[in-house]
Amino acid sequence: MADVTADIEDTKNGLSSTRVAQILLVAAVLLAAARPVLPEFMIRVPEAWIPPFAQWLDYFFNVIVIEKLKIAVLTRWFAEGPLEFMLNTMANLLEGKRRWPFLGPVPWTAVAAVAAVVGYYLGGWRMAALAGGTFIWTALIGQWKIAMQTMSVLSVAAPLAFFTGLLLGITAWKWELVNRIIKPVLSVLQTLPFFTYLLPAVIFFKVGPTAGAVATIVYAIPPMILMTTLGLKKVSPEVVEAGKMAGCTRWQMLTRVYLPAARTEILVGVNQVIMLCLAMVVLTAFIGMPGLGAKLLAMMGSFKLGRSFEIGVTIVLLAVMLDRLSKAWVVKLPEHHEKGTPWWKEHVVLLTAIGAFVVFLALAQFVQVFDHIGRKQDFSRGKEIDTAIKGFLAIDTVQAFTGWWRWFLNVWILIPFRNGLLWIPTPAFILGIVAFSCWLGGKRPAIYAALFFSLVALSGWWDRSVITLYAVISAVILSMFIGLPLGILASRNERWSRRILLACDTAQTFPSFIYLIPAIMLFGVNDVAVIFSIVIFTTVPLTRYTIEGLRTVPPEMTEAADMSGATKRQKLLTVQLPLALPTMAVGFNQAIMFAFFMVIIAAFIGTQDLGQELQRTLAGTDLGKNFVLGICVSLMALSFDLTILSWAERRKRALGLA
Amino acid sequence: MSDRETVISCRNAWKLFGDNPKKFFASMSGSESFDDIRRAGYIAGVRDVSVDVGRGEMLVIMGLSGSGKSTLVRCFSRLHDITTGTITVEGDDIGAMSERELIALRRSKMGMVFQSFGLLPHRTVLDNIAFPLEMRGQDRHDRRKRAMEVIELVGLSGREDYFPRELSGGQQQRVGIARSLAIEPDIWFLDEPFSALDPLIRREMQDEFLRLQQMLSKTIVFITHDFDEALRLADRIAIMKDGAIEQCDTPDQIVLNPATPYVRKFTEDIEKSRVVHAGVLSRPLNGAAPEGEPVQASATIQQLARQLVNDAREDLPVADADGALVGVLNRQQALDVLLGDA
Repeated sequence: MADVTADIEDTKNGLSSTRVAQILLVAAVLLAAARPVLPEFMIRVPEAWIPPFAQWLDYFFNVIVIEKLKIAVLTRWFAEGPLEFMLNTMANLLEGKRRWPFLGPVPWTAVAAVAAVVGYYLGGWRMAALAGGTFIWTALIGQWKIAMQTMSVLSVAAPLAFFTGLLLGITAWKWELVNRIIKPVLSVLQTLPFFTYLLPAVIFFKVGPTAGAVATIVYAIPPMILMTTLGLKKVSPEVVEAGKMAGCTRWQMLTRVYLPAARTEILVGVNQVIMLCLAMVVLTAFIGMPGLGAKLLAMMGSFKLGRSFEIGVTIVLLAVMLDRLSKAWVVKLPEHHEKGTPWWKEHVVLLTAIGAFVVFLALAQFVQVFDHIGRKQDFSRGKEIDTAIKGFLAIDTVQAFTGWWRWFLNVWILIPFRNGLLWIPTPAFILGIVAFSCWLGGKRPAIYAALFFSLVALSGWWDRSVITLYAVISAVILSMFIGLPLGILASRNERWSRRILLACDTAQTFPSFIYLIPAIMLFGVNDVAVIFSIVIFTTVPLTRYTIEGLRTVPPEMTEAADMSGATKRQKLLTVQLPLALPTMAVGFNQAIMFAFFMVIIAAFIGTQDLGQELQRTLAGTDLGKNFVLGICVSLMALSFDLTILSWAERRKRALGLA
Repeated sequence: MSDRETVISCRNAWKLFGDNPKKFFASMSGSESFDDIRRAGYIAGVRDVSVDVGRGEMLVIMGLSGSGKSTLVRCFSRLHDITTGTITVEGDDIGAMSERELIALRRSKMGMVFQSFGLLPHRTVLDNIAFPLEMRGQDRHDRRKRAMEVIELVGLSGREDYFPRELSGGQQQRVGIARSLAIEPDIWFLDEPFSALDPLIRREMQDEFLRLQQMLSKTIVFITHDFDEALRLADRIAIMKDGAIEQCDTPDQIVLNPATPYVRKFTEDIEKSRVVHAGVLSRPLNGAAPEGEPVQASATIQQLARQLVNDAREDLPVADADGALVGVLNRQQALDVLLGDA
């Protein structure tokens, strides 16, 4: 149906997009086949033709932005003034940095107790156990200080990102023009690799925690903007009219009607802000932000698998806790108290929290372990775990297994595939991508793909871009072999699909950095480990959306299939999968975006792609080069994003699902 | 309704939805049908409507979904700006009002009840009802006092600390009604207030509504798509189709003398004897003095059914509430109405 309607639309103005795609594909194949006789400039864009984008950008930033407009003066003032003040205050309270107000560090028991009470308030005993337990684990394992370094940055960055996002979201909702400007900027920002956030942060906002905090804030703002506008747009028109009829002024409309009525979406935004902040704070280790991320980076760098594992567990626990608590807050609705409830009973949670805090604060004055866990007191078993893991990996069968996979993937799949992609002449490659985009997404995404990939070719980083793309494509294809069957199997059974969905949701909250740990453990530091970490990372959305797609097929359609006497297999192939495809495509798209994200981080293991170059720029002040590299990643990711989402959109409309 | 002072007056009001309604209206010849306008890419929400609402009157606007009734009532309160025409409320042209004046008008004179209640989900019953008072800056104590009064009026005492989602549909609409009454408005708009409720509750709420109206005698514009509801409540009914008013008259007249085929189709299945009153069906006395016990002018033909069948007189005298004779009811004519041959 979709193809039919789309074709009808397209044939009105000339050729159908399928036909265009076929022509483009033939052209690409012909060009590739003619490689031996092609002149050099048709195989790769010659150096001489490449415009000096990096220099232009450098000029733009250094001369115009920094020298002429003095933007850096303003940003550095902000970084060294209010921002650093907030960071220092939180750092003092949580980890005891010697700064105003010289009160901290707060004893770990007091923090854990308050967290448990908050957990209880938001989600009952289970949340209390999760919140309290996370902090107890962190303290007992001996990571309290580094965890608090991370948390103190998080506790400054998340609120700032929230308020900035909220304000921008309101502006974009109020003025259509702002919305039009902000939308494309947001989609670029969301695909920009995180290394690209880091360098400008360093240059404009000083090195160290401040720059890390700024990069974190900027990174977390886009989803908050989107959720705010979404929430405000969704407020029921009758509620709006009720507000108007009550004689609200514009300001009253916004603060008393719109914002409270959009509470759910705004809180979902809060959840996303917190999760993105955590993911980013961990990654800012790359520009020298102390904390869990830095420690993990150091431990993985020296191949201390035991300690890496323990830090990984802490990060995961923190992530799960923050996610669950903020989600519990989303669904937590106010409840009324019966008449005549005494004052203390209405505020019992608040009073308990204060009480617990004071009690543990007092206890900590007398009992040392309640205040902090000393050097020799922690329960870290880093060495033992390290020996265990390394012992396990040294077992012959395990080694043979991982060794064989490494060999097989490398020799038979990855290297030939990579060399193949690198062999294709640039114009043929671009034509091929455009043909794919045209066939799947239609003409408009194809035009964007052509434009974007041509820019990549002109950036001078073509080979590295192709290697990046190779890692992304091979990882996504490999994860399809795992994710799709897993999703299909799980969706057959209510209980299993719920379990797997929960597992996927939980896995999605982990900061991406975590996924490197098992990869390095199993395969060491090489290409296969990179692909492997991307594969685990991207399998999650693929599985998740497959289950979701299959389970949201309207029941009357599966019932109709049953009554037509379809077997399970027929039902799956002819009814469920076709209807689930648009949703699955969203998962596929997310998988590709995740892969682009992960492949850059994997630079840490040692890759030859754009990420590696990007990481190198962090050491210097090559802002122009950093941007060019970042934009290359972003442009490739956006091409896929536009194509796949356009397909899913059209398909959904054709199926009457949207 | 010439005997009442006009509160809302609507003259040749048009409401077009589309890219540039004003320009399109200027290009229209005036004879375009709803479908012609739609083909040009515009939707005629309200099409050349002129209607008056008198003080204390209940005007029921009735029509199928998409007939423009909700749009019309939103034009009365200027939730929508009309494309052309004038709407005056108590003599003031609301189209010419500034935002400040409009807010003042709504804060002091208008109340509105919505089909899906339009309650603010994050506020308790009490705070929802006090919301309009809060908006006009009344202090907390006064707000609470007034809100408690209306809560009692709509029978929700004891639930003032509940949140909307903790209430049933009927109770939620009571909150909506209470909120609209909190500022003691003179003009009361109700947009299909009972449509989202199930039939039993709907009936109960209609009774409740009639009770309130008898106490408060507001000027009311009531919207419904349910003809029975319209007949039960209305002083006058305006039947709308494609944005235009097909007929605006008393229930008796609409049933007895439908102005257009569309209205006739609407009234076909209605049991006329339940709607038509003896007073409406009677002819003037003209000096005649029929004998015997008179029937009440305010009685419906159905209520008189037994007497009409048993009575042997050809003409029955009709008396008003004070017992004064006001007309003569032809028994055969009344029987025709009763049997559905009228």
